[in-house]
Amino acid sequence: MTVTLALPTVLAKFAGGSRKLDASGTTIGEVVADVAGRFPELAPRLRDESGEPYPFVTFYLNDDDARFAGGFSAAVSDGDEIIIVPAIAGG
Amino acid sequence: MTPVTSAQYTDLTTPGSGIKADSASLPALTNDEILRYSRHLILPDVGMEGQRRLKAARVLLVGTGGLGSPAALYLAAAGVGTLGLVDFDVVDVTNLQRQIIHGTKDVGRSKIASARDRINDVNPHVGVESHEVALTSANALEIAAEYDIIVDGTDNFPTRYLVNDTSVLLGKPNVYGSIFRFEGQASVFATQHGPCYRCLFREPPPPGLVPSCAEGGVFGVLPGIIGTIQATETIKLILGVGESLAGRLLLVDTLGMQFRTMKLRRDPECPACGTREIRELIDYEHFCGVTSTQAADSGASDSAASDIVELSPRELAARLARGDDFDLIDVREPFEWEIARIEGARLIPLGTLGAAVPELDPSRELVLYCKGGVRSLTAARELQAAGFTRLSNVTGGISRWSEEVDSTVARY
Repeated sequence: MTVTLALPTVLAKFAGGSRKLDASGTTIGEVVADVAGRFPELAPRLRDESGEPYPFVTFYLNDDDARFAGGFSAAVSDGDEIIIVPAIAGG
Repeated sequence: MTPVTSAQYTDLTTPGSGIKADSASLPALTNDEILRYSRHLILPDVGMEGQRRLKAARVLLVGTGGLGSPAALYLAAAGVGTLGLVDFDVVDVTNLQRQIIHGTKDVGRSKIASARDRINDVNPHVGVESHEVALTSANALEIAAEYDIIVDGTDNFPTRYLVNDTSVLLGKPNVYGSIFRFEGQASVFATQHGPCYRCLFREPPPPGLVPSCAEGGVFGVLPGIIGTIQATETIKLILGVGESLAGRLLLVDTLGMQFRTMKLRRDPECPACGTREIRELIDYEHFCGVTSTQAADSGASDSAASDIVELSPRELAARLARGDDFDLIDVREPFEWEIARIEGARLIPLGTLGAAVPELDPSRELVLYCKGGVRSLTAARELQAAGFTRLSNVTGGISRWSEEVDSTVARY
């Protein structure tokens, strides 16, 4: 499956400046692993050392919270978009 | 402190509800107010009754900074009857790039006093209630209980979780906005059936992972966009019109100029609004991993890092003047180095420190600094893990150096 991963600007610098990445996998976890393998600096910002999602980075699958579809186990389809939303606190 | 165990929600998100729905009890408008609000009064969704609801409303703004500035100005102009302001900070010249409620003449004044004067000028019909304190677990419920809606314009994770839990416990909507560099988020949390901040982010990132605006920078107009969205959502809740952002997360990207909304759902396992295991306010500094000596913003230090010596800028100046033998390392970014630097330092940005380790001599003492002392402490820990033992961190960084040692060094 080929999906698009949308990164916030703050993470784009760890992905060669790209804010949209094409990635492949059958689940969100596989997509994240694919991207993490290609961009080692981005990897620790997407998931922890054991490959699990952080409680302060939320993944959206086509505008819906991926946790309600199984989190990193959620199945993805061709053309899906995964949006990464990190916690920010500025005001 | 008396824990609030059963939230008494005011349902503000159903069209036709709104603040104090009993129209007979709403305050009347004076002729001056009728003239002032004429453009609202002829709007079908506001009208006389809506404007009276605005006059009856009590809104608490936590923070009068980047987000609180535009939110307070628009809520005041719109005729919200009472605005509570919580802030304990003083206006600094570096605030003025975005905190538009304050002016150059206000530098050095308390933000609350400055904001109150400006609100009085925008609309003398608005009552301003000043809470010149840091919002804490000890005072948050008492302060917030007096208001209908809480607007989160804070700038750090501990206070955001505090505001959220306070809103959930009191059953009052939390109009959320948050910004970083060029991107912002907005939502309405803690409505009767909607999700809360913890449903979105169960836990905060560890300190130091996400830089503050003081460390990471912020596009000045961005809080203007997000803060006015917060004011919009607040007014909609008061009037009971439109579709609230409750249950949705708005993401704003100013560089791409894209607005998109994500679905937000209440998490049945959320400890605040789901299982309700959070029955009273907790220690939010501890929850967010902030040690007691560590400020949430710049100027942080950490007494727990026992082998890292904290060096004040004056001590550093004395040691430089004595010609002590050590290497001074600046871990900021090259663009910051261009703005200001301490003479004799060597630039090794934090992100490149790992690669630079082989060039450093572990037998020599290394003194590290950054802008406020946070990144240099991270760098010192990284070097400690790499086997370096003679490490010092300049407390308060180059900002404090500029204040205490050499005022010719530019502050930014």
